[in-house]
Amino acid sequence: MGGFALVPALLLSGAGTIETAAQERPMAFTGARILPISAPPIEDGTLVVQGGRIVAVGPRGEVTVPAGAEIREVAGMWIMPGLVDTHSHLGRGDGGDRSHPIQPDADILHSVDVRDPGFRKALAGGLTTLNVMPGSGHLISGRTVYLKLRGGNTVHDLLFCDDPIREICGGLKIANGTNSIGAAPFPGTRGRSAAMLREELVKARDYRERMASADPARRPARDLRMETLVEVLEGRRIVHAHTHRHDDILTMLRLQEEFGYPVVLHHLADGHLVADEIGAAGVLGASIVAPDAPGGKEEALNASFEAGAALERAGVRVAFHTDDGITDSRLFRRLGGMYVRWGMSREGALEALTLAGARMMGLEDRIGSLEAGKDADFILLDGDPLSVYTHVQETWVEGRKVFDRSYPEDRLFAVGGVGAARGAEYWGDLFHGVVTLDQWRRR
Amino acid sequence: MRGGARGAAPAGERPAATMLHRLLAPAAPLAAATLLAVAVWPGSARAQLAVRGAMVHTVSGAPIPDGVVLVGADGRIQAVGPAASVTIPPGWRVMEAAVVTPGLVDARTVVGVSGILGGTIGQEQLESSSALQPQLRAIDAYNPREPLVEWVRDRGTTTLHTGHGPGALISGQTMVVKSHGRTVAEALVHEPTTYAATLGADAVRTAGGWPGTRARGVAMLRAFLVRAQEAAARDGAGPGTDLALEEGKRILRGEVPLMITAHRAPDILAALRLREEFGFRLILDGVAEASEVLDEIRAAGVPVIVHPPMARHQGALENASFETPLRLAQAGILFAIPSGYEPYFPKTRVLLMEAAMAAGYGLPFDRTLRAVTLDAARILGVDDRVGSLEPGKDGDLVLFNGDPFEYVTHVCGVIVQGVPVSERCR
Repeated sequence: MGGFALVPALLLSGAGTIETAAQERPMAFTGARILPISAPPIEDGTLVVQGGRIVAVGPRGEVTVPAGAEIREVAGMWIMPGLVDTHSHLGRGDGGDRSHPIQPDADILHSVDVRDPGFRKALAGGLTTLNVMPGSGHLISGRTVYLKLRGGNTVHDLLFCDDPIREICGGLKIANGTNSIGAAPFPGTRGRSAAMLREELVKARDYRERMASADPARRPARDLRMETLVEVLEGRRIVHAHTHRHDDILTMLRLQEEFGYPVVLHHLADGHLVADEIGAAGVLGASIVAPDAPGGKEEALNASFEAGAALERAGVRVAFHTDDGITDSRLFRRLGGMYVRWGMSREGALEALTLAGARMMGLEDRIGSLEAGKDADFILLDGDPLSVYTHVQETWVEGRKVFDRSYPEDRLFAVGGVGAARGAEYWGDLFHGVVTLDQWRRR
Repeated sequence: MRGGARGAAPAGERPAATMLHRLLAPAAPLAAATLLAVAVWPGSARAQLAVRGAMVHTVSGAPIPDGVVLVGADGRIQAVGPAASVTIPPGWRVMEAAVVTPGLVDARTVVGVSGILGGTIGQEQLESSSALQPQLRAIDAYNPREPLVEWVRDRGTTTLHTGHGPGALISGQTMVVKSHGRTVAEALVHEPTTYAATLGADAVRTAGGWPGTRARGVAMLRAFLVRAQEAAARDGAGPGTDLALEEGKRILRGEVPLMITAHRAPDILAALRLREEFGFRLILDGVAEASEVLDEIRAAGVPVIVHPPMARHQGALENASFETPLRLAQAGILFAIPSGYEPYFPKTRVLLMEAAMAAGYGLPFDRTLRAVTLDAARILGVDDRVGSLEPGKDGDLVLFNGDPFEYVTHVCGVIVQGVPVSERCR
């Protein structure tokens, strides 16, 4: 158990230090078909990573492999960026309680359980970044958290930010339609839902103005709910809006127009019915998922894979999401194939699994494509990512291999079976201060 | 038509269940309608139809390159063979496709009984008033105009084994229908096909009259079958007045199998013990932990309807595997892949997509196709009508523009008994 001694050091070192443990020796993957997403596919490409970041990517003949690099010949494999899930419920966390429909001060960060085996399954599916959200049973159910699945002992180890107390580390989840309607104090109708949201945002605008007053006597007492909404109004925190029915979508667009905050529309069962309106609005994008069959509730009767092509045609940036546990993270890549089946472009579908999602979380400078300087998050696949017969063979996060299908323990999470639901010992063992999975296997 | 689902009784107790038995049995009110459904189908434009495929998968035989299937005006297959040897009669309509397969047979669904809306609207698959209600007929709960029936039909499912769902010790009966037809009588192929039973935590409730533990559930099921044994002895050959016990007698006589949904390994073993004790015909359903008890299942010779591979690996299915179909195949167990049951999102799974996932996780193409056609039909006892492309069988076909299991392939035609019910690529 050689890795044991490393545990305290890493626990104390806190967020952001995992990178320092990432490999210092450069690694080059050569011979693969590389899908950078931000550039056309590269046949016989080379990807060089070092220190947790991408150093170079390009055709084999055009990329200089640094001296001393560990070279892996991966001919026949495909390499693409780690997949980005803009809407996940992994981590067994929650946001607001049933006391009030508007709880922007509740942060799911405080309840994420990094030992949820779902995270290991997500890695098996090639996912490396998640927006973990509270549910849709509130108008505002709370703050979301952006997680990098680099492995760790605490949620702090997975954050994109360095300081979860003082920084913005995620978005804000809002919702309309039937899910957030209920008995008082929850809204009873759609009209009331919109009015309550508007009222809260108007209050936040006023709070922000008074807080900025030069006269300390005019400044209000601190209000944690208002503080989060001020971040939204100032464009520093992205709103993730659950909305399904065509009229609910338009309500979300009106709210965005009135208050001008950055917003991503999520789910959009009727998205294809109002695609042009979404395209004309100033939204960051549409994050969608569709079921194999519609229904389950009235507002999801039109849910279908046709929304992807319709939104793409309307010029809307499209990302996909799992909504895990609604769909399994291991099936995320399948959405790309299904949306192409229903008319979306192949390029659009691949971007919707990666870079588009990164943009919807404001993380496009770090993740979502294979470009020099970005995080070394990538996956190796044994074929076309949009084929049912293809499997993720390896998942790398910040230059470390965190999933390898050839290891029985990892394969269990990829495929399922007895033990795949017991996460704690595996996630914990795997990342307790161990620099790479390979080293853990060799201890 | 044969008299019902295969199931497997313990050795030496396999009953002779024939259509004749069913017609003579008192509780077969729709048997006549069943037979008529083939001949009379109002509103259906049934042409003489030739389907030509660059590859025709008959399932019962080797795939035929450049094959032709002729479907006569009676809705049955007249001929299957290479285009070079099967002449398309003049005047027949010709449909062409890259790949042609038999219509898909969904071995276990609740579509048409469970409606598209969810919640409490149109959800007829589970009655909560009692844990044991084998007298609930599927024919009384089925809505042939349910949008989900059309939805799955347009994606290749031509035959549905539908009815009461999992979630009670015995929730009711199931039946086999075609995914086309205005009324249940028009759609019906066979009923009752099984009694839907559930063992394990999914059949446990805190309500009165329900088992509070899994062991209590098994005890209640045993007590019911014992009462049915006593009723049979008391009533002799004549019928009694307790409808539930009448159905219990049919279970004991082996006329209709119990389809027991059991996911955990202990629940699977409990089902096998019940079968050994009472000698009924058993079909295992679900079996998320089948890999743990493959030897026991194989030794019992019991057919299996496996969980849909994409069913959520949660709750009783937390140990489910995308490879369960592959493991069953490797163990030599007769099994079918179904669409199963979903309460919310998706409102139903789509059989073709579940088969595709099994294929994606290593189940060979031919075995995958068989698990959603001929093997499903065999387990349900309707393989004399559906499940393969053979002369005399129903003209149920699916037309694809590529590998049926690939994500980006489309279903471009669905034919039920010679009627093209869908011609849009999906």
